[in-house]
Amino acid sequence: MASIKLDNLGKIYPGGSRAVGGVKLDIADGEFIVLVGPSGCGKSTLLRMVAGLESITEGEVRIGDRVVNKVEPADRDIAMVFQNYALYPHMSVRQNLAYGLKNRRTPKAEITRRVDEAAAILQIGPFLDRKPRALSGGQRQRVAMGRAIVREPAAFLFDEPLSNLDAKLRVAMRLEIKDLQKRLRTTSIYVTHDQLEAMTLADRLVVLNAGQVEQIGTPLDVYRRPASTFVAGFIGSPAMNLIPARAVPHLPGSAHAAVIGIRPEDLVPDPDGPIEMQVGAIEELGAQRLVHGKVNGADVTIALPSHGELSDRLRLNAAPEALHRFDDKSGKRLD
Amino acid sequence: MKRTIFSNQLLPWLLLAPQLAITFIFFLWPAGQAIRQSFLREDAFGINTSFVGLANFRALLDSPEYLESVKVTAVFAVSVTVVSMGVALLLAVAVDRMLKSARVYTTLLVWPYAVAPAVAGILWWFIFNPTIGIMPYVLDVIGYDWNHVSSKTDAMILVVIASAWKQISYNFLFFVAGLQAIPASMREAAAIDGAGPVRRFFDITFPLLSPTTFFLLVINIVYAMFETFGVIDATTEGGPARATNIMVYKVYFDGFVGQNIGSSAAQSVVLMLLVITLTIIQFRWVEKKVEY
Repeated sequence: MASIKLDNLGKIYPGGSRAVGGVKLDIADGEFIVLVGPSGCGKSTLLRMVAGLESITEGEVRIGDRVVNKVEPADRDIAMVFQNYALYPHMSVRQNLAYGLKNRRTPKAEITRRVDEAAAILQIGPFLDRKPRALSGGQRQRVAMGRAIVREPAAFLFDEPLSNLDAKLRVAMRLEIKDLQKRLRTTSIYVTHDQLEAMTLADRLVVLNAGQVEQIGTPLDVYRRPASTFVAGFIGSPAMNLIPARAVPHLPGSAHAAVIGIRPEDLVPDPDGPIEMQVGAIEELGAQRLVHGKVNGADVTIALPSHGELSDRLRLNAAPEALHRFDDKSGKRLD
Repeated sequence: MKRTIFSNQLLPWLLLAPQLAITFIFFLWPAGQAIRQSFLREDAFGINTSFVGLANFRALLDSPEYLESVKVTAVFAVSVTVVSMGVALLLAVAVDRMLKSARVYTTLLVWPYAVAPAVAGILWWFIFNPTIGIMPYVLDVIGYDWNHVSSKTDAMILVVIASAWKQISYNFLFFVAGLQAIPASMREAAAIDGAGPVRRFFDITFPLLSPTTFFLLVINIVYAMFETFGVIDATTEGGPARATNIMVYKVYFDGFVGQNIGSSAAQSVVLMLLVITLTIIQFRWVEKKVEY
């Protein structure tokens, strides 16, 4: 186990295009960090730089107290779970788990002990002699995790490990990963584009956009005080409304800010409210309904309890503490 | 597959006719002739033919010359296969590591496949010509006296190189495709699992290539045994002292030069059985055994 420190980490490809720039991050021993952002934001590149699969062109990666920029992936004491699992198809599950230990000349008895232990933790004991192709998606996922934990590495790196699973399994595996990490207390970096996965797994979130860090913080911090319009729109579902301030001139602070952010659940019907919304499409979700519409020409979505009639004009109000004010050009939070 | 119903009964047969005609005239009919003639013996002037049963085959098995030819063929086929597949795999692995120029190299490396076997033979004949060739000159510098006209070993090396060279392109293409079908993450996982490049190749890449390798193995053996006639004819003509007289060349030589039609036909039939066996192995094994 170890802490990981990224110091001004950056990546410029030989062609000159920049994938990642100026990432500063201190990861404590045993912490679960989630890198989240839309596809192409550089989160996978960042993870692969920590793993040693991608060369580092700027800055430093430290694992423990060692700078590992030039260290081979095998010698970084990390284990990685790949999106497509990358199980060796010609080896049995047992051989898959043992391969990394065998390469490190671990004694046979020790290999057997660790493989059996990992198999017990992940409940893949019955499949140890099968080939990966005879396993279901969820089982393969477990084997991939098993391959990481038998090594007892300083850190786990996860590269979108759940995105090949169906929705139901994804939720189940998400809980298992969280549980497992709590039990093993191994420092983990987890990459995903799914903000829900990010929120539920992370001790701290790192929101990335176009190769830059937009915000680092606990999931609740990031949710409650998004640092920019990008984070505000990315974290939380349904997404926060980002309304031009001139469309809602009666709200406090709208004189100074260019963009006012209000979460859909924070906009509540109020006959005397200062905001008038023209109701458009309605999505029934069962427990709640999402109402899409316009406020002075700006698109707005609100979440309402799923009962009662809706008129085609609604008056809305929002508590002053539920308003997020952002600058126009930089998109940064103002307070 | 989509089923098409022809309203006219004649049309499908007409459409098939060219292919059927080619198959019949150039394959079935000659094969039938070979089988028929392998049971016949013609006199020296081609006037009388008589049915002799399996005598032609029995004569083959008793002929030390034929058994020698079988041995030469085995050595030749194994050498060509090993050399052409080995070099092709090396090149393919090298190209697979490149990101940008892979396509250029692939294109360049495929060119030799467009060269006709006889032309390839002549090319190598010139390069290795003991009198005017560049290679004997170079070899002479390092103290080797090259002469494929008198040395059996040199002759065999020459025909192996000339035959393998052409096949390298073909093997290379398949190996490159095979390598590119292996997900990069598999090798990355192995790298993180502590396997160095060599280990990674033998533990991960090579086993995952095995379907390609086995397919090429059969294809190359077939090539070496049956399609290298042009190379042999253009370089050594089976010599010296029958050292490169592979079975296919012997069929031609005994039949068209020696005019021993019966024996030549019997040899053809043996070769035919060999091809059939290899084809069966190919279909049975490739589809079932070699998978992971």
